Amino acid sequence: MNIDRATALDLYRVMRRIRRFEQRSSTLFGENKIWGTLHSYAGEEAIAAGVCAHLRDDDWITSTHRGHGHCIAKGADLGKMYAELLGRETGYCRGRGGSMHIADTSKGNLGANGIVGGGIPIATGAALTARQLGSDQVAVSFFGDGAANEGTFHESLNLAAIWKLPVIFVCENNQYAESLPVGKAFATDDIASRAIGYGMPGVNVDARDVRLVYAVAGEAIAMARAGGGPILIVAEAYRHEGHYFGDPQHYRTKEEIEVWRTTFDPIINARAWLTSDGLATEAEIDAVDREVDEETEAAIAWAETGPIASPITPNEIYASY
Amino acid sequence: MPATETAPAGAPGATSEQFYAEALRDALRLEMRRDPRILVMGEDIAEHGGAFQVTAGLLAEFGPDRIRQTPISEIGIVGAGVGAALSGLRPVVELMYIDFSGLAIDQIVNQAAQNRFMFGGQARVPLVVRTQGGSGRGNAAQHSKSLEAWFTHVAGLKVVMPATPADAKGLLTAAIRDDDPVIFIEHKLLYRTKGLVPEGEHVVPLGKADVKRQGSDLTIVTWSREVLFSLEAAAMLAADGVDAEVIDLRSLVPLDREAILTSVRKTRRLLVVHEAIKRGGYGGEIAALVAEEAFDDLDAPPRRLAGVETPIPYAAHLERGVIPQVEDIVRVAKELVGWA
Repeated sequence: MNIDRATALDLYRVMRRIRRFEQRSSTLFGENKIWGTLHSYAGEEAIAAGVCAHLRDDDWITSTHRGHGHCIAKGADLGKMYAELLGRETGYCRGRGGSMHIADTSKGNLGANGIVGGGIPIATGAALTARQLGSDQVAVSFFGDGAANEGTFHESLNLAAIWKLPVIFVCENNQYAESLPVGKAFATDDIASRAIGYGMPGVNVDARDVRLVYAVAGEAIAMARAGGGPILIVAEAYRHEGHYFGDPQHYRTKEEIEVWRTTFDPIINARAWLTSDGLATEAEIDAVDREVDEETEAAIAWAETGPIASPITPNEIYASY
Repeated sequence: MPATETAPAGAPGATSEQFYAEALRDALRLEMRRDPRILVMGEDIAEHGGAFQVTAGLLAEFGPDRIRQTPISEIGIVGAGVGAALSGLRPVVELMYIDFSGLAIDQIVNQAAQNRFMFGGQARVPLVVRTQGGSGRGNAAQHSKSLEAWFTHVAGLKVVMPATPADAKGLLTAAIRDDDPVIFIEHKLLYRTKGLVPEGEHVVPLGKADVKRQGSDLTIVTWSREVLFSLEAAAMLAADGVDAEVIDLRSLVPLDREAILTSVRKTRRLLVVHEAIKRGGYGGEIAALVAEEAFDDLDAPPRRLAGVETPIPYAAHLERGVIPQVEDIVRVAKELVGWA
């Protein structure tokens, strides 16, 4: 497909922003500044970037435990994200949620989710809101291959299909549900074919190439916005890191990781087509990289100056009590 | 969105006799007329009118988009309710039996209850999960439990259990208007009970207990169907010279601590009565509250009278035997008053 220079560079920048966020989160975790756990989105950046490029601030997403990428692609502020990871009052969730629960309702991000498949019915419900209010908003649910075997996946796809809701189900097949390879979790090698059983289209897309994701998502979102109902997109990707930071990864070999990391990297891939298609020079791409690195460092610096999370008060658990 | 219509009110103070199910329906109808963001979702709620006929007739007035009948997909519909609530609607989701809440528990406990807190206060979840529990209809173990204690244990949920038609109407209205997720638990044997219900708009605030009977010799704290049993027992006790105060909690969360403590300080004796099994039941919470806050005011140890620790059996005589009956309340109340 044809993609203009501005869009191409935007997609590249968002992917780089996500990658850099994850790299720096890991170092901050190693420095014991981040507590709890982290799930890196590295390797899957093209999915969040390619899908969210079509969304407005008033469209909704639901995200996952591996949610930093979705959050960034939906327009979140990096400083407030880091502040959350650092347990600061200035974080998106005032240090209450951490990595697995970042939400940014001002941008329609209804939250990361620590429960596999937990966000799928929630996105379906947001799409129901659009339907009830007669708006042209859409909802996107991001979830992994593991979630496609949860009950919420099946119940939600069925509900969305019978009600023709404007929801796009984006299954990120990163080849592993925690430690379980996808081949051992599905008797089919075509997860998208499950859509047929619910009466909606299902498509596969190679998420090495952000242009392909951008094209498929653009069509799906336009269709949903126009009242054409839901769709299942299965994006093929590879999780560069373990399930969580520090995962010993006994379930896959170093060789596999190395081969896949080098052959399956949407950012390296984008660099190649940006230059070969004459959309940007190496120098211009390097400049984007530098800008992203600088904004990331500025975000961390801002986050580190934030006050620690304030004590919990009853009125934040309930709206009224 | 502004309210588009004001509910037609009867003459000030007017009441009419209604079944509990009708009172609930009135609350839904009046609130749906008032606020277009409210929709009702659930199994069998449209043409069929709901398993207990609470939504009967609402389809004709509000249409299939707002009286939205769903497939049998408990976690899907509760989750859709959470998403709809987060994005601007005020959904009322019906779970046909509280026993089915296990199928939806993640969306209730990990999502609805916690979103506001986890997201640092960014979210509101104005969701009502209407459901019903309790035994007494021969529905056996998977359709008869009293599971309110599960939900009281989750920070972020409110738990409401009306005993009378008037409270059913007033509490459901308040629950729908509340910005927090509310587990609204009806009782299957209360739907066909009758009582005087205020006409027009009627709101009973959440977290306010009701002294259903004044008394001086002991305080019976109870809720749901056991309120009726307790009142019947109190009448029998009165004939024997024992003056029982009966407090209907109405809301378990928020809990009206003051109403309990004020009463117990007066009567100096506490009996908690509930249908749910005793072990881990909410009665333990009430007894502990009184022991912690009013120990010196007591003339006797707090007592709990509650369900037997068993799955609910099928056969009628067995079923009756596993939950507190009127005569059990009378007996234990007398023991408590006679405690030296």
